[in-house]
Amino acid sequence: MHRYVLRFTALGYLLVVLLAPLSMVFWRAFDDGAGHLWRSLSDPNTVHALKITLLITAIAVPLNTLFGVICALAIVRQRFPGAGIVNALVDLPLALSPVVVGLSLFLLFGRTGWFGPWFDDHGIQILFALPSMVIATIFVSLPFVAREVVPTLREIGDEQEQAAHTLGAGPWATFWRITLPSIRWAVIYGVVLTTARCLGEYGAVAVVSGHIEGQTETATLRVQDAYENFDLPGAYGISLVLAVLSVAVLVGITLLKPKEAR
Amino acid sequence: MPSSEGAVKALSLGFTTAYLSLIVVLPIAALVWASRANGVSSFWSVATAPEALAALKLSLGAAAVVAGLNAVLGTITAWVLVRDEFRGKQLVNAVIDLPFALPTIVAGLTLMALYGPSSPVGIDIAFTRTAIVAALLFVTLPFVVRTVQPVLLELSPEAEEAARSLGAGELRVFRSIVLPNILPGILSGVALAFARAVGEIGALVLISGNLPFRTEVASVFVFTHIESGDQAGAAAVAVVMLAISFAVLLVIGGVRFLATRHERA
Amino acid sequence: MSISVRSVSKRFDDFQALDDVSVEVASGSLTALLGPSGSGKSTLLRIVAGLEQPDTGEILLAGEDATTVTPQRRGVGFVFQHYAAFKHMTVRNNIAFGLKIRKWPSSDVRARVDELLELVQLHGFGDRYPAQLSGGQRQRMALARALAPQPKVLLLDEPFGALDARVRSELRVWLRRLHDETHTTTVFVTHDQEEAMDVADRVVVMNEGRVEQVDAPRVLYDVPANEFVMGFVGQASRFGDGWVRPHDLEVVPEPGEGTREGQVLRVVHLGFEVRAELVGDDGGPFAVQLTRDQAEELELEQGQIVYVRPNRTRAFA
Repeated sequence: MHRYVLRFTALGYLLVVLLAPLSMVFWRAFDDGAGHLWRSLSDPNTVHALKITLLITAIAVPLNTLFGVICALAIVRQRFPGAGIVNALVDLPLALSPVVVGLSLFLLFGRTGWFGPWFDDHGIQILFALPSMVIATIFVSLPFVAREVVPTLREIGDEQEQAAHTLGAGPWATFWRITLPSIRWAVIYGVVLTTARCLGEYGAVAVVSGHIEGQTETATLRVQDAYENFDLPGAYGISLVLAVLSVAVLVGITLLKPKEAR
Repeated sequence: MPSSEGAVKALSLGFTTAYLSLIVVLPIAALVWASRANGVSSFWSVATAPEALAALKLSLGAAAVVAGLNAVLGTITAWVLVRDEFRGKQLVNAVIDLPFALPTIVAGLTLMALYGPSSPVGIDIAFTRTAIVAALLFVTLPFVVRTVQPVLLELSPEAEEAARSLGAGELRVFRSIVLPNILPGILSGVALAFARAVGEIGALVLISGNLPFRTEVASVFVFTHIESGDQAGAAAVAVVMLAISFAVLLVIGGVRFLATRHERA
Repeated sequence: MSISVRSVSKRFDDFQALDDVSVEVASGSLTALLGPSGSGKSTLLRIVAGLEQPDTGEILLAGEDATTVTPQRRGVGFVFQHYAAFKHMTVRNNIAFGLKIRKWPSSDVRARVDELLELVQLHGFGDRYPAQLSGGQRQRMALARALAPQPKVLLLDEPFGALDARVRSELRVWLRRLHDETHTTTVFVTHDQEEAMDVADRVVVMNEGRVEQVDAPRVLYDVPANEFVMGFVGQASRFGDGWVRPHDLEVVPEPGEGTREGQVLRVVHLGFEVRAELVGDDGGPFAVQLTRDQAEELELEQGQIVYVRPNRTRAFA
């Protein structure tokens, strides 16, 4: 009997909290008809915003993947003092508000910041331009690949690598032929999570970008912008695109999730 | 061979620390530095100014409520997903990750559509504290569920069977045998949910209305004060939020440490 | 308390774990359920405990139908192969668990736990955690825990399977002695025939979900009901139309009446015993067991041709 109570509670909770809101996106986007939706999606500012989002993601994901793998290898395979601090720093973006991230970058690269004047003097614009948006996105999406690879590496152990060494393989060959294939799925899963985080980033980028229409707006910023300018169909339109992308990501997460967690 | 291996290790360690320093450490250091630019007492008075204090209290309060709700509902959900069987369970399990995949601003927009002025179900809680809690429930939903699931999966049923054979009823079995073992999972999920709730911005920016002293949370406070040029005020509250984040990470580390204490001889 | 298993069947997906099994266990006896993996012995034990439900059939405890009674109410003590220790509780609290459920007053609980700690020789370990105990100690704790509420039946599922050989034999002796003192009806599951023969009054031999034979160990060995029991309960080789035990073959240097020829493939000296592996003139292998003196007298060595005469063979229809 209590089995049904529990099931009903859980499913009801999920329905109300998750599914009801999600279905609203799909419903409202088509409120004024598909034609209107298409028009607002082809608005040049909207298209530009989507491009910016994809560009930032295309830069941040590979960099964080590279970092994630190297960092995980360093943490698991090497004993170095401060491994705990490195671990904590990698986890920090998960616990830290994106707005705080944005503000930190703002202070670092601002006119009175440590690096601000140097970049100003050399005519390189960091804030209110793409570079700061990329750095902000890298910050917030930093942990995912590392956090997925670390436990996998720990579980696998280094016996295979030791075997490879006795057979004559150098560090690069060992990494490429033994280590990398064994962490392949963890890396891919981490990449999917990182991508999702990049696509959905809002707070940090909102602070550093100055959300200048047509220049430094990402898709998420555009949603807010559209909403505040009473362009509801526009807001729902971009949201629909983002929602569709995120459902695709969700499918990726589901299929790639390490078996133990299923 | 050994020397090239040593070089590789040094390189990877170097790369890791350089990347972390550049991306994480420097910005955070700049923030902390800027906040004490006018001295510690100035920082303190700005951080405890009425509006700032109200925003922090609201963030902490809402996060606590949401963390508590997640502790219970998240555990129940994890239980149902692990121990129960029903058609469509795989789909339900997949949907749990939706808040990880969906941009928070979109979540905020849809919550506004669902529970705002033009709500199809007639519930208008826009610009209220209830709306804040509702939005935070959405974004924190996966945390406890996902930290409790693997622990439940790992529990061998034998300890529970032993308890039953000794006369314990189902509730007693849960209380005495299951709960102590999943408690670390619940706690780390709660800590993560709490941290996320305190720092959330995207889902709240539209629905909370940012009314100072009423529905202005700390993250929005920082946001609006940057925009209005009050860097000192923003930095002060931001540093407090940073401290809270570090505290949460400590709690999670502590939970992990305590959880394995029974395994140390 | 006597146990009656009547026509119990149990299926898991497409695997028939138990097929119309009926067994009677006398009150106060020490019975072994013996069989290879997959024979259904653990499933049967768990059904008796109430941890699984049979598809058909009934379980009677002390003559009363207990088939639908929950494990909580059966008054059965259960010991698991991998201890099932409550990891987060001390040894003392593990043992006390069943008593606390029954709301014994705490002074009685303490006294009983102390009594049991003495009994299982874990005196002084009460405040340790299971992780700090060795495997053998953990299993003794599990036994104490099961015995604490004075169950009328004690069920053990491969209780010594996870322990090393020396600890295993110590605990075997200990279990027998415990039973002799307490006379609690005890049933244990094992795949080790030596363990079953060593400890139990009666052995239920199971195979592929069915009961092959139920008898005292000696009867099983000397009068096996079929090929399977003969081979499982002791060494046996095929010999002509029947089966023979290695020690029932007499080795003589010259052919004679009733002898068969065999060539020695290998001679193994196992202390006092010598085992020789031979191959017969029909190509079939068989084993012979002799004493060291007999082997020396025959000057038994590899490649030698000898003649064997069976003292007794068994043939099954």
